[in-house]
Amino acid sequence: MQIVVDLTRCQAYAQCVFLAPEVFRLPREESLLYRPDVPEDQMERVRQAAAACPVQAILMGEAVSPGAR
Amino acid sequence: MPGDLRDGRIVIVGASLAGLRAAETLRDEGFTGSLTVLGEEPWPPYDRPPLTKQVLLGTAAPESTGLPMRRDVDADWRLGVRADGLDPIGKRVLLAGGEALPYDRLLIATGTRARPWPHPEQAALDGVLAVRTRDDAAHLADRLAAGPRRVLVIGGGFTGSEIASACRERDIEVTVAERGPGPLVGALGGTLAKLAAGLQRAHGVDLRCGVTVTALRGDDKGRFTGADLSDGSRIDADVCVIALGAVRNVEWLADSGLAAGPHGVACDAGCRAFTRYGIVTDDVFVAGDVSRFPHPLFDYQMLSLEHWGNAVAQAEVAAHNMVSPGPLRRPHLGVPVFWSNHFGISIKSVGVPTFSDQVVVAQGSVAERRLAAVYGYQGRVTAAVTVDMGKWLEHYQRLIETAAPFPPAPGAADGHPLISELPVPSDVPDPAGLSHGPTVALTGHLPDRRLTVRHSGT
Repeated sequence: MQIVVDLTRCQAYAQCVFLAPEVFRLPREESLLYRPDVPEDQMERVRQAAAACPVQAILMGEAVSPGAR
Repeated sequence: MPGDLRDGRIVIVGASLAGLRAAETLRDEGFTGSLTVLGEEPWPPYDRPPLTKQVLLGTAAPESTGLPMRRDVDADWRLGVRADGLDPIGKRVLLAGGEALPYDRLLIATGTRARPWPHPEQAALDGVLAVRTRDDAAHLADRLAAGPRRVLVIGGGFTGSEIASACRERDIEVTVAERGPGPLVGALGGTLAKLAAGLQRAHGVDLRCGVTVTALRGDDKGRFTGADLSDGSRIDADVCVIALGAVRNVEWLADSGLAAGPHGVACDAGCRAFTRYGIVTDDVFVAGDVSRFPHPLFDYQMLSLEHWGNAVAQAEVAAHNMVSPGPLRRPHLGVPVFWSNHFGISIKSVGVPTFSDQVVVAQGSVAERRLAAVYGYQGRVTAAVTVDMGKWLEHYQRLIETAAPFPPAPGAADGHPLISELPVPSDVPDPAGLSHGPTVALTGHLPDRRLTVRHSGT
């Protein structure tokens, strides 16, 4: 599972950092860093984070697999 | 059935953020025909922002940056295949290797590539690299992990600044060489360039402004060892990152008859490409970094943007218009939004700061490195840049969208002092004088030219 955060929308509410601290980090006041590939054991937490994001900036999905049609 | 826009063959050239979002939108809007996405790189669409941040910090692997799909797009992904030409009469994309791919409608989303160092033999030195692709970022991350004595970054734009920041965070010595008067000056003008310069120096960057790199030096094994600067000084370094901005991938369109040039492929507000005679096409669409489009909020100036958000928004409009009859087509009117995180701060920009003659620090201050700078052109608000004040962006976006008077009126409710300084000239330089190319290009005419004309009339 892959995620991408639309950082133009992100306003650093830090809900995601609270819910999935192994995937999202806020090392400074407004600069979010995240793991683009979500480990299996973090998927439920990331789902909750995506749902809780006040600006709905977190998008989850499978990556395109090469050769897939 | 013929004439049914939801059927037929659509080809997207560019397996990028814009290409992927367009493919998703085509299917969302009911396109049931055949969809082919061509990508020159062997990788499926991936996200670039982490390449100069997490990947260089070593906290994410380069191959982990694949973009998530919102839905199954049922596309034929032709990866590692380069488009070499376009036959608009036969409606075929010509591939490197001789194959031709027929289409009914085409989306051009070929983006940009890193501007190369102008001297090929110097650029070929081991240790000289650019950061644009996933492979580039992997290469630089390996070099940084090996613990170089010093990294030389040529170009103080957003990419160069983010790379320098990652180096410092890894405790690697770094020199930034910029031909212009300061970092980020091409995108944000003189006031914020001063803030950016102070920030770099406070984080231990050896920042050299107003200089050019005249030569890259190597040893007898062809390894990069250092560079000569125009002020006569010399930098000893193991790694050299070329961060000179981007070149638009338009060469494959040279014989297509389209209005494709160094600033991109010109299109109308509905993303339809223009021919070089200024005639709009109805089967060729353009989206993302390679496009050049008119924007009503900026006097219909043709804009080329290298923004993540623009790639998404424009791809969605282009895809919608590709499967919609004329009266249902939409214009791409999104206000440009851009961000960068480096040296511990978050910079966000809304509007077009280079479309300005004045700037005022409306909240906060340069000294506390937390501010909202508002840009105006001829008495109306055209852009705002926040440093660690991102929550204000929406407010300023509304001012831009409503052409509110500049300077903006005081009256914020959160206790921040408003209008702490008087408006000053925004000092947006001629992009020709910068090392780094601008991430936003006003391609109708240069802003300094416009300012010169206005000053001479008053």
